[in-house]
Amino acid sequence: MTKKKLNIGVLALQGCVDRHRPHIEAAGASFCAVKTPEEFESVDALILPGGESTTMLKLIDTFDLEESLKKVFAAKPVWGICAGSILMAETAYVSSRTNVRDLMQQREISPPCGRRDDSEEVQKSFGLLPITIERNGYGRQRESHNAVVDGFEVSFIRAPLVKAVNDNVEILASHDGTPVWLRSGRYMVTTFHPELTLSYPSPMHRAFIDLVRASA
Amino acid sequence: MSPKSPKGTANSGNVINLKTGLAEMLKGGVIMDVVTADQAKIAEDAGAVAVMALERVPSDIRAAGGVARMSPPELVEEIMASVSIPVMAKCRIGHFAEAQILEAIGVDYIDESEVLTPADEDYHIDKQQFKVPFVCGATCLAEGLRRIGEGAALIRTKGEPGTGNIVEAVRHMREINQDLKRVLTLDDAELMTEAKDLGAPFELLKIVRDEGGLPVPNFAAGGIATPADAALCMQLGAQTVFVGSGIFKSDNPANFAKAIVKSVAHFDDPKMVLEASKGLGEAMSGIEIAEIQDNMRMAKRGW
Repeated sequence: MTKKKLNIGVLALQGCVDRHRPHIEAAGASFCAVKTPEEFESVDALILPGGESTTMLKLIDTFDLEESLKKVFAAKPVWGICAGSILMAETAYVSSRTNVRDLMQQREISPPCGRRDDSEEVQKSFGLLPITIERNGYGRQRESHNAVVDGFEVSFIRAPLVKAVNDNVEILASHDGTPVWLRSGRYMVTTFHPELTLSYPSPMHRAFIDLVRASA
Repeated sequence: MSPKSPKGTANSGNVINLKTGLAEMLKGGVIMDVVTADQAKIAEDAGAVAVMALERVPSDIRAAGGVARMSPPELVEEIMASVSIPVMAKCRIGHFAEAQILEAIGVDYIDESEVLTPADEDYHIDKQQFKVPFVCGATCLAEGLRRIGEGAALIRTKGEPGTGNIVEAVRHMREINQDLKRVLTLDDAELMTEAKDLGAPFELLKIVRDEGGLPVPNFAAGGIATPADAALCMQLGAQTVFVGSGIFKSDNPANFAKAIVKSVAHFDDPKMVLEASKGLGEAMSGIEIAEIQDNMRMAKRGW
């Protein structure tokens, strides 16, 4: 008897979705792009992909998907990548390491979306992992870089920076002294993009699918 | 990083996968032209994945005439300070000094754009020299591959900007799709002749044939004015849409912006596109392409 194939959903409201398909299929599971409540119910686990977290939050609100998402969060394994890790953090600071604050003061620009100060504005997140994360914490695209994590060359693209981690979170890999791959229970985050540079399946996809099997 | 620096290593960040990687993150989104920090905030609040910082939207560039140049640096900086999403800016075709300035400012993407008056009639920018990624327009596969050969990490259609008329963007999407279909059927001997006939780099054509598609993402731009226009481009194979004058020249920019974002997220579901199309008010007024004088056809700029 072969076991039923796992159905791994990737939130497909916006962002880097299709690049996960070959990794998921190579790890022996099925790929499914999800954006409707019915589709959420059909998956065994969910990947929150890279993209723009503000756009995803806006679309979750526009299409009334918060309840459906929370049902998945409450019962199934979830992996957040880059923007997805921002959505999963307990606290998500908005910042890009530019001279934003000086420039705003100098020009008397009012801060975006009601933010008071570029280091203190917090954006909405779902708090699945007790970590604090800073959006674009490494900087803008100019500061995007490839780095070797756990022996594998991966991309950090306008990546978020993990600033604080609660004790019960397991750090699976760090880079330059900062955790970049973490796990807590059935939740996993990577601040980098294993889907872009690694051969199929990436060790992170394999680890997530193992996690899904273990919690099934 | 200095644009003069030699070809990058993994650590310098001047590598194509980081450049195309950001474009991957922008997929399924809407990139909006904005001319002020306030417009940039309206765009971000509506769910834009990025904004294009401009001094004037294309329809105003068209109306103003004269030479259209890179936006003033202060304006680009102000827009960068106002939003948390990526900020793009345009330089003139071939004007690598403008591109160097934009890279020094720290914009996230540079559009070497036919919307501005070309600075060089023979040469596009050698984009390999830059760490910041470039997007370039293409009317067909060969033009796209020439730009990719120069280092572009993202291709977009050259729909006639500022017209609110989708016909040219559709022509370019169709053209690229037809070229792709043909190339995918060719063997190696035929591929070299195709490269000669198209004026496309052989090595890139081979990658297209072997990988079954373009080596970089492909977005739509030019003339998108309604949620239906956006859905049309997405269904023709665009992975994201740029909207220029279509938002801030409409009756109600915030509503139009939100509606186009909604439409792109569910481009293949007519009921959702219908929802997005209701209660919007007037779209920007459009221009019939045949009424535009030949020297004002921006798609003909660049090669």
